[in-house]
Amino acid sequence: MVDMTLDGNAIAGLLREIFAMEMTNALGTCGSCGAVNEVGRVEVYVHAPGTVVRCPSCEHVLMRIVRGRGKYWIDLSGVRCLEFAEA
Amino acid sequence: MIKWQLGTVVELRPETPRVASLYLDVPDWPGHRAGQHVDVRLTADDGYQTERSYSIASAPEDRRLALTVERLEDGEVSPYLVGELRVGDKLELRGPIGGFFVWQATDDQAERPLLLVAGGSGIVPLMSMLRHRAAASRKPPACLLDSSRTLEDVIYVQELARLAAAGDGLSVHHTLTREKPSGWTGYTRRIDAAMVEDVAWPKDAMPAVFVCGPTSFVEAAAQLLVAMDYDPRWIKTERFGATGG
Amino acid sequence: MGFVSRGFRGRRRDTASSSRVPPGQYTVTDFPVLSAGPTPRVNLDQWTFSIEGEIDEPKRWTWKEFLALPSETVTKDIHCVTKWSKLDTTWKGVSVDTLTEGVETAAEFSTVFSDGGYTTNLTLDDITGHKAWVAYEFDGQPLQPEHGGPARFLVPHLYFWKSAKWVRGIRLQKEEHPGFWESNGYHVRGDPWQEQRYWGD
Repeated sequence: MVDMTLDGNAIAGLLREIFAMEMTNALGTCGSCGAVNEVGRVEVYVHAPGTVVRCPSCEHVLMRIVRGRGKYWIDLSGVRCLEFAEA
Repeated sequence: MIKWQLGTVVELRPETPRVASLYLDVPDWPGHRAGQHVDVRLTADDGYQTERSYSIASAPEDRRLALTVERLEDGEVSPYLVGELRVGDKLELRGPIGGFFVWQATDDQAERPLLLVAGGSGIVPLMSMLRHRAAASRKPPACLLDSSRTLEDVIYVQELARLAAAGDGLSVHHTLTREKPSGWTGYTRRIDAAMVEDVAWPKDAMPAVFVCGPTSFVEAAAQLLVAMDYDPRWIKTERFGATGG
Repeated sequence: MGFVSRGFRGRRRDTASSSRVPPGQYTVTDFPVLSAGPTPRVNLDQWTFSIEGEIDEPKRWTWKEFLALPSETVTKDIHCVTKWSKLDTTWKGVSVDTLTEGVETAAEFSTVFSDGGYTTNLTLDDITGHKAWVAYEFDGQPLQPEHGGPARFLVPHLYFWKSAKWVRGIRLQKEEHPGFWESNGYHVRGDPWQEQRYWGD
């Protein structure tokens, strides 16, 4: 079995590009099950056309991030709330 | 925003037959915390680029930035870093990155014992923590449980022995999963509940736990610790995955 | 030109090596595994394949019934939007033409759906006329879970994200509903020969 699951630490650099801050300590609330986890603990799949971030409690998709043609496409609809400290 | 910058390779140090440490001189390096990583970007002459993340092995107190890289034979980046790269070459990187899988001797949490569990090259960010601890004035008790395939695959084996011999409250335990060398006194099996109970503190000690390695290793180790009634919030994990390199 | 990593070439191969390789692609001999989520654990006793949506009588096959359908073995080139192409891959499965035989529908679009929640959208034109299959063997062997087993969609004339792993059915629709990647930056059709990778291509 090939295990493709990484965690939020693996996309710390990508999230810094988008949010312009360190995000692995941010707290994300799952829009499906309501679980609250540090971004460092979420499930991440990078061997795909884009980056897929899933809730470690229920596997609901929290974020989809696609980068191409000099653009980002970011779907955050699976995250109910992101809490992080001001820079 | 986080900028790409160029470091210069000042030393290459073989650690095992497949693993080497890259020592870099990075002008204006802003400093890092133990456990953080850098993104490395390689660019071919036709503009093709690819990026990977590598954990920082050096302590924040060290003069030079060190990365320790395992060469994956079917990888794209690691065979370049361990094989092609020479002293004097430039390497493009950005960092430090990461704030979750981080340990600082000055934090409040540093009062608590430190339990580090490493699978293969998962030792790298944990080594940064141990080097940082060795340089710190305040040292909580610490324990490293380090799983490798064979004896020659153990990364930093001599430095770990030196750190453990310092008598400052660090214990180092190795386990080998694919070899039982003659005269070996360490473990020779995959990490299991009995091993964790041998080396780790009971839950009342509320250790700070860092687990790093391949995905399956990290998940198995984290499950063992939770089964010992460790609070999942004490356990911080970082997964390398099975592919990519 | 900015910084160049001395001696770095990358894993790419010669992109102009063959008229069979679409623009911007390189060929591989291995079979890279891509995944947007955990590999589902599939119980074949509970597995079904469905055709639903704009159809008077939805169709459904159990695993046993599905294997009993007329199958085809096809050899095709596949092209992943992450830029690898793999030539001469051999698959065994059931043609979508066989599955939709006798189906009357007003639909012009479809959503192919999978275990784990993945979806991809395809026009009926793109999945009928001997262009798409539901494959359960690769290279003469049962399709491995990491490659989409027990069964995956196979629509080789479009980028491979359209060939949904762990496929469970086709929903026929009057309107186009962009799927998992098509709703977040990736091209709604994905023709590799026109390099339809992203929105606006």
